[in-house]
Amino acid sequence: MAIDTMEQKLRPPEIPLKPYPPKVITLASGEKMVVREAKREEVGALLGTIYPLIGVPADFYDIVAVRMYSEILGWYRHRVANEFVLVGAIDGEIAGIVTSRHVTPKLGMSLHTLTIKRGLRVGAQLFAAKMEHHLDILGEEEVYIVAESPNGFKRWMIEYELEDRSPQFPEVRHELGGVPTYVLTRSLWEAVRDVKCTGTRPVSDTDLKASAKLSMPREYPQIPGFKR
Amino acid sequence: MSRVGVVGIGHTKFGNLSQYDLGDVMAYAATDALKDAGFLERRKEIDQVIVGNMASGLFCHQSAVASSVISKMDMEPVPAELVENGPASGASAIKIGYMAVASGMADIVLVIGGEVMRKVTGWTGTEYVATMLHPEAEYNMGLTLPGFGGMFTRMYMEKYGLTERDLALLAVKNHANGAKNKYAHIQAECTIEAIADGPEANVVNTYVAEPLRMYSTCPVSDGAAALLLVNMDSPKAKLFSKKPVRIAGIASATDTHCVHNRKDPLKLEAVRIAAEKAYAMAGLSPKDISFAELHDAFSILELAISEEVGFFERGKSFLAVRKGETAIDGRLPINTSGGLKSKGHPVGATGTSQAVELVRQLRGEAEQGRQVADPKYGMAVNFGGFGNNVVAMIFAKD
Repeated sequence: MAIDTMEQKLRPPEIPLKPYPPKVITLASGEKMVVREAKREEVGALLGTIYPLIGVPADFYDIVAVRMYSEILGWYRHRVANEFVLVGAIDGEIAGIVTSRHVTPKLGMSLHTLTIKRGLRVGAQLFAAKMEHHLDILGEEEVYIVAESPNGFKRWMIEYELEDRSPQFPEVRHELGGVPTYVLTRSLWEAVRDVKCTGTRPVSDTDLKASAKLSMPREYPQIPGFKR
Repeated sequence: MSRVGVVGIGHTKFGNLSQYDLGDVMAYAATDALKDAGFLERRKEIDQVIVGNMASGLFCHQSAVASSVISKMDMEPVPAELVENGPASGASAIKIGYMAVASGMADIVLVIGGEVMRKVTGWTGTEYVATMLHPEAEYNMGLTLPGFGGMFTRMYMEKYGLTERDLALLAVKNHANGAKNKYAHIQAECTIEAIADGPEANVVNTYVAEPLRMYSTCPVSDGAAALLLVNMDSPKAKLFSKKPVRIAGIASATDTHCVHNRKDPLKLEAVRIAAEKAYAMAGLSPKDISFAELHDAFSILELAISEEVGFFERGKSFLAVRKGETAIDGRLPINTSGGLKSKGHPVGATGTSQAVELVRQLRGEAEQGRQVADPKYGMAVNFGGFGNNVVAMIFAKD
């Protein structure tokens, strides 16, 4: 069997996904964060951003980073079906990344949210953008969500008042290893969208240009003394 | 009474120190203060240690923290006691230390205030802090301090015309100061466009307890601050490397535990009375004060306290903020440290931290860009409960 034929057999079936329209959010600091879909050719900057956090156990950065690393690598090398990656960038420097997966026309599977820049609700904004993509743009009805850190549980399960479907295990289960599954339904999303999700569209050419080339963070608040 | 001065100050960075033991955090600040005074090696000559802490039993499941600090600092057999007065524990500890020195019972007293709150979640911490409210009439009804802050803000808005944008202006001012303070929890500026005027402000600066938003509410912080007090009239005053900053006035007052028992909930009587006593003790009036640290656990409190201590007419303080009068280069800078909003609010540490800021400013040791020009008198108000136990302090550069 030819190698490229074998490769085709290894690749998952893909459904073409509607693109996520970029938006810009002015953070409390006054900095403008562009939220947009990452492109496959940007995988180097994404993986390079995540890699240092694999060694940070605080707030479960290690497990989130190592899993996101594999998700993005799998996305790049066509080993995950219908994954999308959104990135938040300030002047092109990556401030946070989210990963997620379109499972069926009605179901989304939220994977991970990784915040580099702390204290400005970057993670909260990116998670909201991910939910916006699932429910408002891809038109799904539900998104399965798990939390691997207390911060995540606080931000998603409690603040969004997610529906706890863990009693329905194993019929309802998130694909991240049996962690209790919570669900953002369309009605829950509509109840919180206005206070959780924001951003201005279209993004100006200037701001789009500023985020066109992604750069890895120069410093990490999670890693004191780190300099790139 | 003997004159009492501060000859040493110490401070940890405020923030998330939850991986550390509370005693270690306090010992760090205390060691910093002793080094500042040039007295670390002679620490066993200290007559008394007073520790201010609000709720180590709840936050850290730890009691007898004064003994813990003494042991960590190898200071036995120096006597040490704990003072608990809610979020005013720090300033109350200073007041007790002052009384010990002024009365002649002690010549050298080390005061430490500290709290580690982030070993528990923010919600659990908020619930623990709420235990200082009236147990039947308030706490059991589900009230929290942010809830009180929200209701107080709403009343003030309706009575005086304050807007949410005015609160955001306070955050912008205080974050500008805190961004330059090496001890501040949140060392970042914020802009009025981002947190009030811009299209995304409603989400970026989300509600915590309407009308209070995230940028009108202090963060939950860990940290400690310490001061070394000395009898300025004793020969021992010459043992230290730093010239004393004199405590010119210090006083406290109480108000009803139940806020609804007050004739006018917008009047913070304990603040007014504590401040009046402190002014009388110092022989000063509000117009003599060069700068102030006011307990802005919620931004509204900076305004209300600034009125009660006589800086502004009732209901007019926010107009002064609009004009920049309380900014670092204004006629009366308020919360030069960044205040509780930006510097942080480890409850038991706040009063001692405010006092440390008074000393830094009066010595001219604040960072560039937030040093008040030639200050003579600094005032601090440390606010316990919802205004039911308040301490006012005035420090002087002689």
